[in-house]
Amino acid sequence: MKIHEYQAKEILRNYKVPVPKGKVAFSPEEAVEIAKNDLGGSVWVVKAQIHAGGRGKGGGVKVSKSLDEVYQNAKSILGMTLITHQTGPEGKLVKRILVEEGMNIEKELYVGITLDRASSKNVIMVSTEGGMEIEKVAAESPEKIIKETIEPEVGIQAYQARKLAFALGLSGIQQKNAVKFLTALYNAYEKTDASLAEINPLVITQEGDVIALDAKMNFDDNALFRHPDILAFRDLDEEDPLEIEASKFNLNYIKLDGNVGCMVNGAGLAMATMDIIKLAGGEPANFLDVGGTANKETVANGFKIILSDPNVKAILINIFGGIVRCDRVAQGVIDAAKDINVTIPIVVRLEGTNAKEAKALLESSGLNFEVAVNLKEAAEKVTSVLRG
Amino acid sequence: MSILVDKKTRLVVQGITGSEGSFHTKQMIEYGTVVAAGVTPGKGGSFFEDTKIPIFNTVEEAVKKEKANTSVIFVPPAFAADAILESANAGIKVIICITEGIPTADMLKVYNSIKNKDVILIGPNCPGVISPGKAKVGIMPGFIHKAGKVGVVSRSGTLTYEAVKQLTDLNIGQSSCVGIGGDPIIGSKFLSIIKLFNEDPGTEGIVMIGEIGGSAEEEAAAYLKKFGTKPVVGFIAGRTAPPGRRMGHAGAIISGGKGTAIEKMTAMKKAGIKVAESPAEIGSTMKAALKEFYSKTTISSSKTIGKNVAVKKAAEKKVVAKAAPVKKTAVKKVVAKAAPAKKAVVKKAVAPKAAVKKVVAKAAPAKKAVVKKAVAPKAAVKKVVAKAAPAKKAVVKKAVAPKAAAKKVVAKKTAPVAKRSK
Repeated sequence: MKIHEYQAKEILRNYKVPVPKGKVAFSPEEAVEIAKNDLGGSVWVVKAQIHAGGRGKGGGVKVSKSLDEVYQNAKSILGMTLITHQTGPEGKLVKRILVEEGMNIEKELYVGITLDRASSKNVIMVSTEGGMEIEKVAAESPEKIIKETIEPEVGIQAYQARKLAFALGLSGIQQKNAVKFLTALYNAYEKTDASLAEINPLVITQEGDVIALDAKMNFDDNALFRHPDILAFRDLDEEDPLEIEASKFNLNYIKLDGNVGCMVNGAGLAMATMDIIKLAGGEPANFLDVGGTANKETVANGFKIILSDPNVKAILINIFGGIVRCDRVAQGVIDAAKDINVTIPIVVRLEGTNAKEAKALLESSGLNFEVAVNLKEAAEKVTSVLRG
Repeated sequence: MSILVDKKTRLVVQGITGSEGSFHTKQMIEYGTVVAAGVTPGKGGSFFEDTKIPIFNTVEEAVKKEKANTSVIFVPPAFAADAILESANAGIKVIICITEGIPTADMLKVYNSIKNKDVILIGPNCPGVISPGKAKVGIMPGFIHKAGKVGVVSRSGTLTYEAVKQLTDLNIGQSSCVGIGGDPIIGSKFLSIIKLFNEDPGTEGIVMIGEIGGSAEEEAAAYLKKFGTKPVVGFIAGRTAPPGRRMGHAGAIISGGKGTAIEKMTAMKKAGIKVAESPAEIGSTMKAALKEFYSKTTISSSKTIGKNVAVKKAAEKKVVAKAAPVKKTAVKKVVAKAAPAKKAVVKKAVAPKAAVKKVVAKAAPAKKAVVKKAVAPKAAVKKVVAKAAPAKKAVVKKAVAPKAAAKKVVAKKTAPVAKRSK
């Protein structure tokens, strides 16, 4: 799960990771109120809050040197459609902003914590190239990224934090503060079941403070059951409405841009089915895993979700029966298609127990089904219905 | 042969009284798996439904009283990490965790805690392991499988069934099929299972089904490039998946431009793996790969194999050279690299694609010539002959030809006191 920057900073504050003073606002008036009463000072930053990076470049972050400027900047950012390299060309509507105190920045650094799948351990990475896209740094000058692997039994050790701080070229009070910062950040990451904690930039102020100027945190969906406080940060505005709808029915749906909808049991087979649609000359309109049981209800809900995407010109249902009986799945497909009145062509491929009976049921249903026996045939039928 | 589970498997089901656990226990029993015990804390002392399978409170009891050596886990995600550790510390050797949705942090601790122990963890979030005709430990439909010689390893469930069905339909049986799971942290990655298959004499080909995310496929490809002796077919699901989105499996995500399907397929191709472009062609690609492989690995065309054969010959020469002056000659393991040396091979050129008909270990002046294991992975060894002319004892223990059937093991009694054992 992803959360907003201001929410991540709230969490970090609880774990004693230094972050700038700031507060979320939903209107320009509120923004001024926060700048004036909560923060004080003479320089403020107004930051668009969306679940995507690259906000600064897209015009979503503005420095304000007067309360009037805070008002103007808040007004221009709130309601804007922010387009960054992570939002896609359609952009993202800004509905909330973070108002923060300004900083006297001396240095901009980078720190990130995530799981290293190769070693099955968490790894903490730092770089002097703060403010840049870390993927770019990794590709162009990998030597500028310094990593420490954390042993899960003992967590981050002081020597590791020191090593990283020295590698960042810090000394004196800066180095000491960086050690404190890194240790606190790792603890926050671990205690919250985060899958990513990225501070970019991590800034060293002229006063020697080490502060998270930006904060991005993602969380392990599997662990959210033990973090109701973090789950409460979920912002449905940031998610695709169809995906939210699908999740209500326990369907795993991801919307894509293509013209062939698909409904599959199992994530791997669902991805493979998307691939086969592409090989057949179509473009997948979605990823949809209906899970272990493909009964009338799940299929009907799947149809509803897929058909609410107007780009869908055909549907491919690919169910590997296995222990589930295919004739039952077929009956579910027939009933659901009748209930929902699906008019576009449906290619159905059911494999497994009672696949023959399933085929007979589908073919005698009088509905617009193209029945395929194997995956190859399914792909060919998709191609032909798209041409057709 | 097979890997991980077979007729010797004595299974303990953790979470046997839950709905998933009880349903699949019945399925596994029906398939012929030896279910020795079940574990549900608090229900110890009872039996599984109307069977005589005892239920214990702890895995330890199942190991002590029923000699369980393998466990399968169906407990809910919040308790699954604990269940894995319980099994690992009770002396279970193979743990197969079916449970989906275990927090990554839990698996991080489990993985690092058991990695140096003498235990193999498969999963979590996987369909399990099946050795067709021997044992099924997991949730896969048994009937689509067929006993044979192709190993299947995959991160996915239904996509594995798809591949297996294609193989079976083409009359290609499987030695074992292993679902390693779709999570970011899994007990066994491609590499460790591929190693097992590569070393399993009963496996002659490998199907590897990967998906986007991580770099486990690349690691396995690098290993196969160096040590692979069998034909391998690969497929990567998720070519059309957008970056940054978790495609159902927690581990199936392209992050920071890494873990793409194209990257993985390129690495696989570079390692000599035959990559199926379409998921509909996994079976047919394996069929073609096996055909090509069998035709290449006969002696008449073995020159073209080049390096492998050269290594084999060198190894064989070494064995022959050593054999001469010593009294006891033990050809203990002539692994992979030692089959058809020129000197030691009596080649009958019957067909252009002639198989190695005889592998002879000459040990003229030796008193004892012991051929314990002659492994000829790339050739069809029809006869393994231990010629030991003046030797007093000639012992042929085992002739293993993993990539082909060893049809006959013959000990020629040319020596006056040639004894054959086993």
